[in-house]
Amino acid sequence: MNTLVCVKRVPATGARVTLTPDEQAIDARYLSFAVGPHEECAIEAAVQIAEEYDGDVTVLTLGEADAVEQLRYALAMGAHEMILLETEDGDSDWGPMATAGAIVDAIRQKEAEGDAFDILLFGNDSADAGGFQVGVRVAYALGLPVVTGVKGLEISDGHATARREGGGGWEVYEVDLPAVFTVKEGLNLPRYPSIPGKLRARRRKPETIAPNRGEDGLEKIRLKVPETEKKQAQILGHGPEAAPKVADILEELGLLS
Amino acid sequence: MILGLIEHDRGELNAQTLEMITLARELAANLGTSLAGVVIGDRPGQVADALGDWGLETVYLVEDPRLDEYAPDAWAGALVQLMEQKQPQAVMAIGSDRGNEVLARTAARANLPLAVNCTEIQPEGDAYFVTRVRWGGTVLEEARLHGAPKLLTVAPFVVEPQEAEGASTPSLVTVAPVLDEADLRVRVTARIAPQREGVSLAEAPVVVAGGRGVDSAEGFESLDVLAALLGGAVGCSRVVTNNGWRPHSDQVGQTGVRVAPEIYIACGISGASQHMAGCTGSKHILVINNDPEAPILAQADYAIIGDLHEVVPAISEAVRERQG
Repeated sequence: MNTLVCVKRVPATGARVTLTPDEQAIDARYLSFAVGPHEECAIEAAVQIAEEYDGDVTVLTLGEADAVEQLRYALAMGAHEMILLETEDGDSDWGPMATAGAIVDAIRQKEAEGDAFDILLFGNDSADAGGFQVGVRVAYALGLPVVTGVKGLEISDGHATARREGGGGWEVYEVDLPAVFTVKEGLNLPRYPSIPGKLRARRRKPETIAPNRGEDGLEKIRLKVPETEKKQAQILGHGPEAAPKVADILEELGLLS
Repeated sequence: MILGLIEHDRGELNAQTLEMITLARELAANLGTSLAGVVIGDRPGQVADALGDWGLETVYLVEDPRLDEYAPDAWAGALVQLMEQKQPQAVMAIGSDRGNEVLARTAARANLPLAVNCTEIQPEGDAYFVTRVRWGGTVLEEARLHGAPKLLTVAPFVVEPQEAEGASTPSLVTVAPVLDEADLRVRVTARIAPQREGVSLAEAPVVVAGGRGVDSAEGFESLDVLAALLGGAVGCSRVVTNNGWRPHSDQVGQTGVRVAPEIYIACGISGASQHMAGCTGSKHILVINNDPEAPILAQADYAIIGDLHEVVPAISEAVRERQG
């Protein structure tokens, strides 16, 4: 049972977000980078599947050379192989059509080499661009079924049962493998990479492919940070003595009836 | 024509669709074109009854008995067929999980670009100039969308929904889709009812939320007590679910639940943008934090500076006294 997990390197933002002077990206000079939260769960799911059914987990990203850091993170969690679709420096924010096209090319190349995937996992939407479509586009290009927003996944005998929130409860989908799933945080609780895992990963080099950038019909002009209403919080007091003032506010709002 | 996907679940309308229709109506007026809706299902007519005041000239009813359960590929296939027949200038949906999914599948099928979670749409020559949400709303992107028709979804909770003035009842046109087995291979095959104790986090009038400062799973006991007293729900930040202190279903934020209570009581939460993306819809925010410099104070109405482990039980005590 071989699984491909597609991940994206994104800055780990804190409370305040600032942009680069050209307004094309988040200023990440003082930030660390991470795998998006949904995709971290995708890696965990893939590793669990490999542990249960044998097989390899291949992790893939499209990004600059630095993105190998996120591939190695996945390796340290238990993935086996890494593929880097390496873009030129400062040019990793590809649109969703171009990104999906490059991933499809890479999957076809691996298939031609005899490495086919039974399960393809994506995050439901990337943490930064939030396009909600790369996994879906890849599935359609490969003619595979795709279930989106997955928060529960069980595999058995070339078949998958996927669960997601909907209609006030859970919707259940049954599909035959190979299939694509775009997953959401909450699918599982991702493990922390082990120290030996990190050390092993550090010595490994990814398979690097120079991706072909196809056309994209969504053209980024610039980013901007929305103006949020800056508030000056009214300090009710210090410590438990201030508690009655909270009761006053709750009473005013009609919440104590 | 601008074509809006009327979202529903087994006949129950998603009311946020009107937010999309409000923006679509403006766009249609801007372009001097008409506005139409499309309902896809086994009995789409039952949804169409509710759309009288929306300003839709026509509502297409895509009807097929096999669509009694949600089948996203079939919805996308039906949209693509309608696009080919009616040649709309744009196809739009609300940016819900379902709306984004159906338009992503439509875009993939028709090999067209798609801009999701737009807050503004302006025609600009052959393209549309759009503003869309990134990073759960922390950052906005201005972009140019190409393709014909244009495919877009509208960010939820951004547009004030408005019915049309002097609208007349739309004319209903029934359309039979051409669906094959492949369109139905991804389909809801079963449903599991929610296990719900008390009020849901998304709908709670009071949310008592805890962050790193709560420090342990046990630390949430006093938050549970306060939430129960107020008929509210407990929420938490991502660091809490990552530590396994609370289930992910309690997480408020970009990758969790979006809440909009009367008051959001944030205990030991610093205010990372990933978290704030989920709670800025709150009418009032009260912060309990021992750090007077915590970034969350810049988005709060009230604050108590102090140890939440002392302050929260004291609030419960004060509430009990008032409640008698």
